[in-house]
Amino acid sequence: MKLYEHLAKEVFSRYGIPVPPGRVVTTPDEAGQVCRELGEVAIKVQILAGGRGKAGGIRFAATPEEAAREAAALLGTEVRGLVVDRLLVEKKLEIDRELYLAVAVEGAARRPLVIASASGGVNIEEVPEKLIVRKPVDPAWGLLPFQARQVARRLELGGEQARQFSDILVRLYRVFDSCDAELAEVNPLVIQKDGSLIAADGRLNVDDDALYRHPELPRVEEGTEIERQAKKAGLSYVELDGDIAVMANGAGITMATLDILQHYGGRPANFLDAGGGAGVEATAQAIELLLSRRPRALLINIFGGITRCDDVARALVTVAERRGGLGLPVVIRLVGTNEQEGLDILRQHGFSAFRTMDEAAAAVVRAASEADGGVA
Amino acid sequence: MAIIVDDKTRVVVQGATGNQGRFHLAQMLAYGTRVMAGTSPGKGGQEIEGVPLYDTVEQAVLHHAVNASVIFVPAPGAKDAAFEAIDAGLGVVVIVTEHIPVHDAMDIMAFARQRGTVVVGPNTFGIISPGKIKLGIMPAVAYTPGPVGIVARSGTLSYEIASALTRAGLGQTTVVGLGGDRVVGLNFVEVMKRFEEDPETEAVVLVGEIGGTAEEEAAEFAKGMSKPVVAFIAGRSAPPGKRMGHAGAIIERGRGTFEGKVKALEAAGVRVATLPWEVAGLVKEALEERAHEGATASGRR
Repeated sequence: MKLYEHLAKEVFSRYGIPVPPGRVVTTPDEAGQVCRELGEVAIKVQILAGGRGKAGGIRFAATPEEAAREAAALLGTEVRGLVVDRLLVEKKLEIDRELYLAVAVEGAARRPLVIASASGGVNIEEVPEKLIVRKPVDPAWGLLPFQARQVARRLELGGEQARQFSDILVRLYRVFDSCDAELAEVNPLVIQKDGSLIAADGRLNVDDDALYRHPELPRVEEGTEIERQAKKAGLSYVELDGDIAVMANGAGITMATLDILQHYGGRPANFLDAGGGAGVEATAQAIELLLSRRPRALLINIFGGITRCDDVARALVTVAERRGGLGLPVVIRLVGTNEQEGLDILRQHGFSAFRTMDEAAAAVVRAASEADGGVA
Repeated sequence: MAIIVDDKTRVVVQGATGNQGRFHLAQMLAYGTRVMAGTSPGKGGQEIEGVPLYDTVEQAVLHHAVNASVIFVPAPGAKDAAFEAIDAGLGVVVIVTEHIPVHDAMDIMAFARQRGTVVVGPNTFGIISPGKIKLGIMPAVAYTPGPVGIVARSGTLSYEIASALTRAGLGQTTVVGLGGDRVVGLNFVEVMKRFEEDPETEAVVLVGEIGGTAEEEAAEFAKGMSKPVVAFIAGRSAPPGKRMGHAGAIIERGRGTFEGKVKALEAAGVRVATLPWEVAGLVKEALEERAHEGATASGRR
């Protein structure tokens, strides 16, 4: 789960990391009001995507009228394909330098990693490797203050700035650790003209699998309406822009199924991993969800391990009966556990099935190109 | 021979009385795995499928000298279960459980590193040495003994590829599921190293996917291997920024792309299959080439 900048900064602030004074607003009037209180302000769209500065999502205003005007110009527009429904209005900073600072899960090393750079304010992947400081952390001990001082030293910070930097880094690690974060990032970490450090931007991505033990954190929903529905139903679903709906069991085989469709010139409408061992009703729900998007054709690719082929067949038949027919070409590949039972059920209801992914993928691409209509 | 586990491995199943634990304990027994004990706190003294249950792993070690564990404990208790197994001195811990918080996984790996324990998973189908031992949830019919070592990030896709190899008469020494999570125990390189050292493994199949850098590291290692490596990478059509089912399967900030992985593997001399069913043919080709080279080499001698 990604938190909006203003929510990430609320968490940072709770852990003692300095952030600029400001408020979230949803109307131009409120933006004007915040400017009246704070003086010159920065107005920043709150979206769950990076690169908003370049996309025109950050404006500045010196007067309440100007703030209201800029806010009006931003609210309701799309930035990076996302609708802007809230803005963070903050006191404008007097910037001397910009640093980069983050703590992230480093999968390859299986441990947390501190990433810092003296050239901040841009995407870290655009910074040359030699300007980046990386410090692995043992999760058993956490980040110790001396390690934070080492990072400050390697960034060539000295004196009071090094002290402030180390303090912020130790606190950021505490946020990362306590919130089950995958990423806690401050970019830029600004050195102001008066010499003090402040988190000008903030990102906090929390591990979805750990949310159950964080009732204190706000909840942010991401994705399209149908992706949210699927998530509630416990399905692993990603919307794509094609017209062939796909259901398979297992993340790897689902990805491979999409690849093969594309190989044959088809365009997948989605990724849907029905998971291992989903029962008849859960599978039927998954099929209903796919049909609700009105694809041109449906491909079901099952290699039954824990998943039972007869359950999948029953689910398909259930949906067909409920709807009085499926109204689109359906191509099924069914092998593995209880294969014969599954094939028998399909045959009794007028469906046939392929034995290989290859034949099934080619058949569904053909069916989709012949099908008229579908996508409204 | 087999790598990591074999027919002498003595197994305890943790979380043996849950739905999944009970079902797969029976399946593993039926395969011939030496499942000596199960644990389920509060149910010590009872039996399941004729296997004695204990409250703690320590007791299972004491009474049955178990040296490997398979964990089916639900995610909130999985870290505790893994620590218990590592603390009891087991050599191999297979964590089947899905949705373990990534910070818990990092803690498990730190403790395992300290104790020298091999962790497989989490979110893995497990590990199987066909004909000898099955430690996990994979369907036994997909495998047969033979000369190919398989190491995979995903379950079902590797079943698909293993059964195609089996149909083509290419059996397996050992098949290892690394797990689909961002932080897992064994990685490609560690498993490839063992396959390289195993006298019975003649070729290695790597089943990877987008996300992370594990395949790139595998490519680097493959350069120095004496045995041929064949790979399939899933996710060619995946858009960036979307998690494709597995927590680790995401193209982020330009890293973990399909093209990057294929390029690295091909540059290392790995044969990369475009479609999953091409893997068996490429393995056959690689083995024939190797046999031919072997024959010429010995002829020269």
